[in-house]
Amino acid sequence: MEKSYIVKQISIFSENRPGRLAAIAGALRDAGINIFAFSIAEADGFGVVRALVDRPDEAHRTLTDLGFRVSFTDVIGVKMRDEPGGLSDIASILGDAGINIEYAYAYSGRDGAVLILRVDQVEDAIRQILGRGGELLKASLSG
Amino acid sequence: MPPWNPRTEEMPLGELRRLQFKLLKSLVYRLYSFNDFYRRRMKEQQVHPDDIRTLEDVAKLPFMYKGDLRDGYPDRIFSAEQNELVRYHVSSGTTGKPTVVGYTERDIENWSESLARGFSSCGLGRGDVIQVSYGYGLFTGGLGAHYGAERVGATVLPTSVGNTERQIELMQDLHVTAIACTPSYLLHIGEVAEKMGVSIKNDTDLRMGFLGAEPWSEQMRTRIEDWLGIRAYDIYGTSELSGPMFTECTEQQGIHIWGDLALVEIVDPATGEVLAPGEQGELTITMLQKEALPMVRYRIGDLTAVEEGACACGRTHPRIGRIRGRVDDMLIIRGINVFPSQVEHALLEIPQVGRHFQIVVDRKGALDSMLVRVEVSEEAFSDKITELMVIKRAVEHRLRSSLNVSVDVELVEPGTLPRFEGKSKKIVDRRSL
Repeated sequence: MEKSYIVKQISIFSENRPGRLAAIAGALRDAGINIFAFSIAEADGFGVVRALVDRPDEAHRTLTDLGFRVSFTDVIGVKMRDEPGGLSDIASILGDAGINIEYAYAYSGRDGAVLILRVDQVEDAIRQILGRGGELLKASLSG
Repeated sequence: MPPWNPRTEEMPLGELRRLQFKLLKSLVYRLYSFNDFYRRRMKEQQVHPDDIRTLEDVAKLPFMYKGDLRDGYPDRIFSAEQNELVRYHVSSGTTGKPTVVGYTERDIENWSESLARGFSSCGLGRGDVIQVSYGYGLFTGGLGAHYGAERVGATVLPTSVGNTERQIELMQDLHVTAIACTPSYLLHIGEVAEKMGVSIKNDTDLRMGFLGAEPWSEQMRTRIEDWLGIRAYDIYGTSELSGPMFTECTEQQGIHIWGDLALVEIVDPATGEVLAPGEQGELTITMLQKEALPMVRYRIGDLTAVEEGACACGRTHPRIGRIRGRVDDMLIIRGINVFPSQVEHALLEIPQVGRHFQIVVDRKGALDSMLVRVEVSEEAFSDKITELMVIKRAVEHRLRSSLNVSVDVELVEPGTLPRFEGKSKKIVDRRSL
């Protein structure tokens, strides 16, 4: 049950220099893969590009073939009310349940806002959010 | 400046060569009789001590290499028992295994004597205060310069490396007149002093520096002398010879290699053939009086030329010119010898990164910086920045402990580092001397 809400995010290692994001995005474009959401985490001289795409397995294969270091990461997508308090609702649910957010990023699309979360206890987080009336992105929607 | 040991330093060249021959002959007999390693080498080369009939016959003897010390780790090629040794020094080897050098009391005596001659040829003596800012410890620089300076009656301030502001305060308060350190560290001292509002030229008594343990140039000498208001002298040595051992005199026309202690040859690095004076080649030295760890025709790997005519100062011994480079890919980072093979060796022990690497050496301000670029392995790649940072720091730590020099590590994308292009791509040295 909970598993169907676990979304496969692709994470790509990237050096922090001009043109690297263009190379990644260009490869996905050429493969006809759509990016729903993405973020860049940066550190000392390198970064990790994280993205939700419509065909993660194909994206993984395409980028790996081009020599990129790619991995899958389990994340969840929580639908948010696109109005004041939307983020607060979700953050409170996780905070009350003692679930830690490792990182998060958000997008606001046609069907409302979505918060992408990487948490330490993913199945527990899904149960808590659903149990308190939250709405989650289905993995199949992006896979 | 008057010689420390006039009888030896001004010995006519013919007499010096007769002395060298006598010392070489007895060295070879001693080694053939008592040193298993070198006797085996001589037998392989089919040379017997009786074949050494002139000084030129030294060319019949087999060479020694750094690898011999590594293979003989720790003391298998020593000629002295442990109870005859008064000191060890240890330097990093080429592949992670260190090399150990040992000294008898007489070895330390000769080392000090050699430096005493050099220091006094530059006018260092009683009444001087010399700050020794070479590292003290397993590295030979600190203690070597220390003993030589005490021998000439100078007062030694053993500051070792680091804590530069304190070094500058002490330089002022104790009226330091001379310093022994790497040329880049002296430039760093000059810069830090300026930030403190201290001009080395106007606000200190510093008047000379003995600079070595890394290559430098005439341009750098001019810059140091003009800026800091001192005379800058080149000092040379390696742990295999003893340590820093030979210096220029006030003429600044090459480093005097005391012939009663060391026999210099310049050889073709490719063929091993002995080259004539004035020709550039690989410096090869036979230590004529060393007891604990004899070195015969030791191929140091430094490229230079030898000058045999007497110096304007009156000293007759041969001189070597500036070190022009290396025959191998050894790098000198802040005075520490670093071989790319050490980096390769260390990386093999870290599964989180691939075995390919690139070394980028630069000079930030006056100090060398070393960056090692490595590729994150597939298994170790994590989506989490914190885990990648742990890998980066672990590699930095591992390299630091095996190279004895601090290293920055950069994680790069797979497949981006040079594979087969060889040394020129693997090592990028952006320093200009």
